[in-house]
Amino acid sequence: MTLALSTARQKARRRAMLLVAPLFLFIVVTFVVPIGQVLFLSVNNDGFSQTAPKLGAWFLANTDGTVPDEAAYAALAADLDQMRREKTAGAAGTRINDVVPGSRSLFTSSARASRDFKPPYKEALIAKDARWADPRVWHAMRAAANPNSLDYYIIAADRQRAEDGSIQQVPPERRLYIGLFASTFAQSALITFLCLMLAFPIAHLIAHVRQSTANLLLILVLLPFWTSLLVRTSSWIVLLQRQGVVNNVLVALGLVDTDRRLELIYNNVGTIIVMTHVLLPFMILPIYSVMRMINPAYVRAARSLGATSWTAFRRIYVPLTLPGVAAGSLLVFILAVGYYITPALVGGADGQLISNMIQYHLSASNWSLAAALAFILLVGVLVLYWIYDRLVGVENLKLG
Amino acid sequence: MKKYLLATTMFMAIVTGAKADVVVMSWGGDYGAGQVAAFNKPFTEATGIKSSMVDSDNPTALIKSMVEANNVTVDVVEVEYPDAIRGCDEGLLEPVDPAILPASADGASAKDDFMEGAITECGVATVVYSWVFAYDNKKFPQGPVTMADFFDTKKFPGKRALRKQPKFALEMALIADGVPAADVYKVLGTPEGIDRAFAKLDSVKGDLVWYQANAEAARLLADGEVAMSSGSANRFFNAAVSEGKPFTTVWDGQIYDFAMFVIPKGAPHLEDAKKYLAFATDTKQLAGMATELPFGPARKSAVPLVHFFKDGKTDIRPHMPTNPDNLKNALAVSSDFWADHESELTERFNTWLTSN
Repeated sequence: MTLALSTARQKARRRAMLLVAPLFLFIVVTFVVPIGQVLFLSVNNDGFSQTAPKLGAWFLANTDGTVPDEAAYAALAADLDQMRREKTAGAAGTRINDVVPGSRSLFTSSARASRDFKPPYKEALIAKDARWADPRVWHAMRAAANPNSLDYYIIAADRQRAEDGSIQQVPPERRLYIGLFASTFAQSALITFLCLMLAFPIAHLIAHVRQSTANLLLILVLLPFWTSLLVRTSSWIVLLQRQGVVNNVLVALGLVDTDRRLELIYNNVGTIIVMTHVLLPFMILPIYSVMRMINPAYVRAARSLGATSWTAFRRIYVPLTLPGVAAGSLLVFILAVGYYITPALVGGADGQLISNMIQYHLSASNWSLAAALAFILLVGVLVLYWIYDRLVGVENLKLG
Repeated sequence: MKKYLLATTMFMAIVTGAKADVVVMSWGGDYGAGQVAAFNKPFTEATGIKSSMVDSDNPTALIKSMVEANNVTVDVVEVEYPDAIRGCDEGLLEPVDPAILPASADGASAKDDFMEGAITECGVATVVYSWVFAYDNKKFPQGPVTMADFFDTKKFPGKRALRKQPKFALEMALIADGVPAADVYKVLGTPEGIDRAFAKLDSVKGDLVWYQANAEAARLLADGEVAMSSGSANRFFNAAVSEGKPFTTVWDGQIYDFAMFVIPKGAPHLEDAKKYLAFATDTKQLAGMATELPFGPARKSAVPLVHFFKDGKTDIRPHMPTNPDNLKNALAVSSDFWADHESELTERFNTWLTSN
């Protein structure tokens, strides 16, 4: 009897699973697979290992630290000759160039001359280009002979392989990514804070006016959603530029000297202003939806029990809005971290975010580095989400 | 992917039609129309071989997909210089023998008559396009005349617009710092040279405005956001001549590059394609192209033949990148240098941008 019941239940559960199967499949195809591919690209680059098989075999036969001998150079010469015939020197050079800048032409020019190389190959190759004796090139080739490597994470951490093969920091003038990650997170936090400060009173207003007025206000909040992001960003350029509306008004009012017009765009300030505007609705809507549900009797009860209006607001109203505040903040923060169109258009020199670098490397066909940076960004967001869950609790999230 | 490529190339085959004997693919717009007028029409008149023009936004990507799908439907393609080199390295293009190119009227061989670097293993240059800077001549009646003036904010106060990339910005900085154009890449190839270029950029950092799209250069200048802007020479010409903007272009330290005709591997009409390529890069045809648009012809002997812009009244000679006066302190872009150093210099450039 019990057995039959549990079998029936299991059957029902399995049938219920069939209903969500399409969604599950959709998530796998559109979410899990692409992220898996990104992760794979960031640790896998066969540009060199595919094109230099003989050198790969030599690296396998000789352990790390072996000084490249004549056999190694002979393998290299044979691989270069194959690259010339198959026209793959560009691909091999690009892979090594990512780790040792300036070495792409080392491969293309040496491959072009590969017909003339005669034994002893070591001398012939070094005579062609002295960089063939550079231990850094050999370390890079050894690492790249295995298609799977952490090279791109080393680059993304502003580090490189030294001549002795150890990993060290790159010189200060090339330390880019760690600083950019930090400033991306700091800037996103600031934008989230500004959005919260602006959205809280607006949401409160919309939640407590007459329904007809509230609808009108909501349309005003949603209006930007129906306008293209590019149009909105360009309008901000018109408003904020040196000869723009805001500066003209300030000059006309005599607040700003015409020679000292404010620089509101093409810098960090521009990025913050425009992104705050673009992301504001994502903060207003969750807070509004929570505020609308708060029973006004709670605050009234607090007041009748002797609380001042400030105490009632602080101890009763604000805690009740927290699920919406938390949801809005998380949403805005995660969106801000990944933004790139707005900073690209109005960011100027110092208003860049890490996503702009990811986009740059994608367009420059350095997919592995783009993938490594994107994955670090993803991990960073997940870590923040985990901290958030420990502090606030995901179950308190309320989006609407 | 294969299926997609096949579909694309089949579509191309339908679009281009099988009638024309030589199918040329170029960038369309004014540029493509200029090429039809300067190359295709005279070619058909002279040889009786039909030719047609196909437009593309990105010819290089299409060549790659056509060659890889083994279904090439175009015979001659115009690409940018680095793509002509890369395509050749990757085995996507037919080699072109310089011997098929006609000599100039005064008997100079094609090799001597073309500008240095204009003939490569797989491509022949048609025009030269150029990166320069321009200023608002209402702001500076006694305008800047050298690249050094672009970086001299004491003598010429005001903001400068540069494209947000190390390419061109570093070359401009070195030329302004007194490095002769011929030595720029030699200097930039050393750590001291890179430091020197960044130090020069540093000296005007507070006065720089950065833009991303080429079209923004002329707009920033027209809006009065900047007093001087670097950018593509033909855009400044267009703004000045067609829209009447008060812009003056400064040619000192111009950085130029070639547009190249190449033949994709497996072109269906290889012999006619070679005939077309030789005909179009003849002195007379290149001069005709330069009359259509303010680009410089890649052949020296074509330069004296060009006089008026196609509007019939604007003297186009002072606006051509290849005008001898404009070439005095000019720099040819080194694709090899940028292929080697772009990622490293971009990292350094972005670090420099974000530091104070």
